Formats: sequence, C-alpha cells, structure tokens
Amino acid sequence: MSSIHAAPAVPEKLTWAGGSEPLKASYGKLMMWFFLLSDTFTFSALLVSYGMIRFSQPAWTGAHEKFYFATTHWPIPEKVFEAMPFFHGEAPLVFVGIMTFILIFSSVTMVLAVEAGHRGDRAAVEKWLLWTIIGGFTFLGSQAWEWSHFIAGPHDLVKAAKDALGNPIVGANLTENPYGPPAFADLFFFITGFHGTHVFSGVILIIMVFFNTATGLYDRRGHYEMVEKVGLYWHFVDLVWVFVFTFFYLV
Amino acid sequence: MATATLHANDAHAHGHDHEHEHHEPGFIRKYIFSEDHKTIAKQYLITGIIWAFFGGALSIIFRLQLGFPNMNLDWLKPVLGEWIVEGKLEKEFYLALVTMHGTIMVFFVLTAGLSGTFSNFLIPLQIGARDMASGFLNMLSYWFFFLSSVIMFASLFIETGPASGGWVIYPPLSALPQAMPGSGLGMTMWLTSMTFFIVSQLLGGVNYITTVINLRTRGMSFTKMPLTIWAFFFTAVLGLLSFPVLLSAALLLIFDRSFGTSFYLSEIYIGGEALPNVGGSAILYQHLFWFLGHPEVYIVLLPALGITSEVIATNARKPIFGYRAMIGSMMGITVLAFIVWAHHMFVTGMNPFLGSVFMFLTLIIAVPSAVKAFNYITTLWKGNIIFTPGMLFSIGLVSLFISGGVTGIILGNSALDINLHDTYFVVAHFHLVMGAASFFGLLAGVYHWFPKLFGRMMNNTLGYIHFWLTFAGVYCVFFPMHYIGIAGFPRRYYSFTALANNAQDTFADMNAFISIAAILTFASQAIFAFNFFYSIFKGKKATQNPWNSNTLEWTTPIIVGHGNWEGEIPAVYRWPYDYSKPGSASDFIPQNVPFSATPESNLPEENEEIANEKEIEGLLAVQNDVYNH
Repeated sequence: MSSIHAAPAVPEKLTWAGGSEPLKASYGKLMMWFFLLSDTFTFSALLVSYGMIRFSQPAWTGAHEKFYFATTHWPIPEKVFEAMPFFHGEAPLVFVGIMTFILIFSSVTMVLAVEAGHRGDRAAVEKWLLWTIIGGFTFLGSQAWEWSHFIAGPHDLVKAAKDALGNPIVGANLTENPYGPPAFADLFFFITGFHGTHVFSGVILIIMVFFNTATGLYDRRGHYEMVEKVGLYWHFVDLVWVFVFTFFYLV
Repeated sequence: MATATLHANDAHAHGHDHEHEHHEPGFIRKYIFSEDHKTIAKQYLITGIIWAFFGGALSIIFRLQLGFPNMNLDWLKPVLGEWIVEGKLEKEFYLALVTMHGTIMVFFVLTAGLSGTFSNFLIPLQIGARDMASGFLNMLSYWFFFLSSVIMFASLFIETGPASGGWVIYPPLSALPQAMPGSGLGMTMWLTSMTFFIVSQLLGGVNYITTVINLRTRGMSFTKMPLTIWAFFFTAVLGLLSFPVLLSAALLLIFDRSFGTSFYLSEIYIGGEALPNVGGSAILYQHLFWFLGHPEVYIVLLPALGITSEVIATNARKPIFGYRAMIGSMMGITVLAFIVWAHHMFVTGMNPFLGSVFMFLTLIIAVPSAVKAFNYITTLWKGNIIFTPGMLFSIGLVSLFISGGVTGIILGNSALDINLHDTYFVVAHFHLVMGAASFFGLLAGVYHWFPKLFGRMMNNTLGYIHFWLTFAGVYCVFFPMHYIGIAGFPRRYYSFTALANNAQDTFADMNAFISIAAILTFASQAIFAFNFFYSIFKGKKATQNPWNSNTLEWTTPIIVGHGNWEGEIPAVYRWPYDYSKPGSASDFIPQNVPFSATPESNLPEENEEIANEKEIEGLLAVQNDVYNH
C-alpha cells in the first residue's frame, strides 16, 4: 500500500506498536479479507452439508458402462453433465470445463486490471475490467444454459429415473429429478445457485468500479484501491467455484 | 460492500478534516442515522434494554404457568387475548413464550445489546481511535439489527403466534408448517429476522476486528491493550466465523420450508400419510446450528468477562492478576469454542466414540475458564476494594461464573448427559453461567461507563439495592432449579400435573418458590430502569475520571464530541493496569503517562523503555496519515 499513499516508514520493531497499519493494508482491504474469511465459512457449511448428505446415500457400485439413472443411488456426474450447446452427442464435462476456464481466465484479466491500477493507467484498467465483466457474464450465461439443460432432463425418457409409481420423471426441480435422489438436484441448485449469486454480485460490483474508473473518480482520489478490493472478492468467488466444481462434477 | 466502503471512506476523510467541519449534523444524522460509534452504542444499549424487559416479561408469564399451574390467568387477557383459554395459558403459546424468551435473550439482548453496545463504545475510546474503521458499515450494522428486531417483534402479534420450536428451531418441527401453529408464518418471520441479524453481526464483526488492528493509537501495542478490547476482539472473531454457518443452516431451512427441498427432512409420516421428502438429515441441522450455537455462548460471555477484568482491576486498585494468562485463556476459549459443539448432541444417537472426543475437548475448556476465575479472585486478594455498583456486579459475575461453571463439568460428561439432557439442570446451568453472568457483565458495564456514555452518574444507593435484589434473586431462581432437573423434570413442558408418580406434587412448592423469586428479580429491574433513564437527564454531573481509571476513554472530555479527542489523540506508553504501583504517589497511572514522567515508580525494564518514547511519539505523522486516506 505504501505506493498508494506515501506514509513515512515505520521502524520494523514498531510494526505492531499502534499508530500505523501493521498489515500494510488499509482498513477497507482488511474488511474485505475478513468478509471473505466469513464467507469461506458460509460455503464450507454448504459443502460439508453436501458431503454429509451425499455420503449418507448409496452410491453406484456397478460397472461404469452399466450405470443408469435411478432415485435409489447417487448419479455419476459425467453421465449427467454431458451436453454442449450446438453439439449433439456426448461430451462429458466439456461444457463445464469451458465455463471453469472462462471464470479462471476472468481472474487473470482482473489481476491485469489491478496491475494497471497500480501504474495508474486508467485506459488499461478500463480495458481489463471490461474483459472481466464479459468473462463474468459469459460464465453466468453458461450457467443459465447448464441449468436449463439440467432442468429439462434427458430427451430420451427411457433414460430418466422412475418415480415411486414407476413412471419416468420428467424434468428436474427441487422435489424430484430424473437423475437420482432428490437431494442431488436440491444441492446442485442450491450450491451452484448460491455461487452464481456471488458471481452476479461480483459482476455488479465490477461494473460499478468500471463506472467509477471511467468517470475518473479513482484518478482524482489518487489510487485504484477499490479495484484491488473488488479483485479480492472476484478471486475468492473463482476459488470457491474450484471447490464447487470439484464436489459436483469430479468427485 | 465495495460502494459502502467507498462512501464511508469519503465520510471519514471529511469527518476528520476539522477545518472544513463548520456545520453540526442535523437531528437525523446525529441521533438516528448516525455514523458516530458513541451514538450507535447508545442505540444498541437502549434497544437491548427494551428487549431485555420484553424477554424477561415473557419468562414471567411462563413461570406463572410452571409455578402455579392451577392459577386463573384471566387477568392477563387484556394483554394476551386469545392466548388465554378459560383462564389457562394456551399450550402452544407456552412453547412460543419459551422460544421467544430464548431467542430474544441470547441474540437481541446478550449479543447485540452487550457486545453491540460495548464493542462500539469502548473499542475506539480505549484504543485511541477517532471512530470505527467504517462508520457507515457500523450504522448499517445497527439498522440491520433494528430491522431484524422489528420483524421479530411483529411476529409476536400474528394470529398463529411466533416461532415455537425452541430457540434452536430443530427441524422437522420447524421445517413443517403443519407441525405446530408456530411453525407457520411465525417461523418464517423468525428466519427472516435472524438472517438480517446475522448480516448485522457480520458487518459489526468485520468493523471491530479491523478497527482493533488498524486504528490503535501510537504506542498501543496488542500487549498494552485493555482486556476489554481483547475480549471484544475475540468475540468479533467468534461471531465472524460462526454466524455465517448459521446463515447457511437458516437458508437451507428456508428452502426446506418454502421450496420443497429435503435437506433436513426424511421419511416423515403425518397422520399416517408419508411426506414426499427423503434423503435429508435432521442431525445435519443440529451440527450446523451448534457450530454457531456453541461459539455463541462465548460471544455472549467473553465481552462480559472483558468488562469484568477492567472493572475489577480498577476498583480493587490493583493490577489485573495474570494479564497475559487472561489473554491466553481467552484465546484458548476462542479456539476451543469451535470444536466442542457436539456436546449439545450427545443423545442424538451420535457415535459414542465421537461423543467421548467431544467430551474430552469440552472438559478442557474448564482449564482456561478456571484460570480466569482464579485471576479474578487473586486480583481481588488484598486489594483496596471500592464497592461501586459496577464492581458489585463484576464480583457477582465471578460468583455466577463459578457456580454455573461447576455444573458444566458435570454436563460435559457424555454419560451423565444421558440422564440430565434437556432437564431443568441444563436450564439452571446455562442460565447461571452464560445468562445471568453475562447479564451481570452488561449491568457492570452500564454502571461503570455510564459517566462516559451520558456525562452523568447513576445513583449509587439505587445501584446497591438493585444489585442485592438481583444477586439474591438470581440464585433463588436458578439454584433450586438444579434439584428439579436432577429429579428428572424436562424443560419446555407445559405442565407436569399428569405425571404418573405425582412427581409434580413433591416439587410443586419448589416450582412456586422459583416463580416467586423470578417475579421479584424481574420487578427489581425496574429500579435499574428508573435509575438509568432518570440519570440520563437528571443524574449528578460526572467528573472526567470518576473511577480514577487508567484507560484512555477517561482522557476524553466529559461530554465526548465527534472524533473523541480535541487535538491530537494521546499516545500510550504503558499497560492499563498500573494501579497502586509502589513508589508512585497516586494510586493510578493512566496509560498516556510516559515512563520518563514517573521515575519514582518505574521498574528497571520500564526505565529501558524510556528510550523508545521518542520513537513512539514519532509515529504521530503516520497515525494522522492513516486517517487521511
């Protein structure tokens, strides 16, 4: 932070002696860090719930190629998420892989925006923030496609899991789904939805920061710390996605 | 979050740019949507006091039912209306009363009212800061709490009654609207209210932690901080890490209730009809809830312990015994608080091995707790004790903390808990150790810091009467309750008259005694309310440092203005507990007195610190710079 507001140097032995910022971070940045710490616990609680519910239910024990959808066992993720837009046929986990790549790439553009902010290069900050916004919206759009595909269920009703009366389940919702036990879709909707909400608020924040950059507010203020703070949030949201992705798609 | 910080940043920079500060803020900005930590603290305090009277009144109503099951309650009809059926309290409403009493007391009084008041008030004043790190978020924190209060309060007046599943709102009782009347709209409002409450707590917690780290005045290292600030710091950490888990738990419950999911529900039959929900786990909710619920106990208690440390050292005119041990034990409690939650769940059918692990961890908490109790007693030992009302309440806290803590060791045993679980023994235990003890801490804080809050003194005589009635009353209420618990009386039961062995008859007198004691104790709080509100306007004017205390808040003007100190914030050179120091003419040396000014009382190692004083003063430019960006 010393590059942003030139404070007189504090002797090292007085770092924690008060009167200065011992972690070399402004209060706003510290607040963001502590907020993220608490948000970590929110997501951890959800993912632990996922783990507990999932492992209390039977998994598919048969051969991989013999797997079929039924409410009596947990589905294998790559059998559920195998569709791609504009592509007919099976492409297990390819689409979600692209989504993940886009989100992680938007973290890279965010880093570049923060770096440009350190240099005070307003045009570059605007450029990279814009790319990050595009990345964020693309991710959200992809998630919307993924959700609608998930909700629609398999085209071929023969594949769908059967309900208690033996009829195929059409479409996924919060009470039943054609892939497996109700908890599968419940958790999928809740946790990816909760994460998506975070991404959405992140995009809104970045748009506001973009606006402030474009109107020259940070130039007048003399530093681009707000870009850094929102950047922290954005990286956190990406990091959480890595865990959500691992839990829902890989394990 | 980002914009909020942004505005606060602006407001902050302006607020401290004194040359531009010509105008007084208007009434609304000054008293209602205020960003000044002192005003926000008062808002929390007064809201907390109002809630405490509501919470207490609810408990009196159900104590009437428990103590005098045959009493005609028709005289309550003007207040309770339809909840009185043929002179009796409606059964479902009894459960609502217990639930709301717990919720109000735990969250609104002892969390928001206690740490909301004193963290807000004392953190900036005792560490030497102009205000909280973000005044704007601090204001939001209070108003989220207020919104949550309004919703919870409104839920008391709806036709189906407020939430009734106990303050822990275990599913499936809370998840199925058809389970009981209170699980309908009342529970929805409970969950909505708590969601806002959690937001308020997180905003507050982030602010407290950041303020303590970044805004200490020059010289105020962590090892020179008053124990109150240490306690508020740990409290904020506990809240920051545990409330989000309750948020997750509450959100999942909202989905189960309103959107048909089955996170907590599985294989439930109502009237022979199977519900469609499968695959969830009610125990999962209990794990999530108690991951907050147990740290919550310490969120409630630690601020009270911090206040007590300060009040006891000041009024015993002695340094606190074991300053570092106090910090260490609070740190130990903070860490352990997160890994003992399942001791609330010994009888859920949990693996007994897991139970023994949690039992072991639980019993370890007795060690730091005992360290604290011993340190309070050894601080009092041979002190020149001044019995102010604040001091009496602090000593009362130590007493309650010990007598309630001893039964904690009993309850922490997973085998004994089979017998005692959900009996009045548990109720007696936690009311002493966390309920009454924290309440005493709150009162000690109010009596002690009233001169700083309002610039006037409270009446001492009324304070003494209030203390003795409350102290005796609390023991009369909760001590006999242990026996009722050992006898096997379960909590949250409307009536015991139908027990086969006529157990109620044997204990009827004791239950009546408890109820009478509870009514008297509650009534004596009116003395406090009168003293408090009367003294705000008509109390004797306070002097600048009425208790001859060392901490920084007493160096501010009697009526503290915006920004707390006129001129520069004082620097700090010594710890806050230099009371009755050998060699010193005065029996207290405030924190802002440099060692170079007190050669007669310095210890050898303190003489060496004189060399550092110039460097500490040299930090002034850095400190002012922190405020200016």
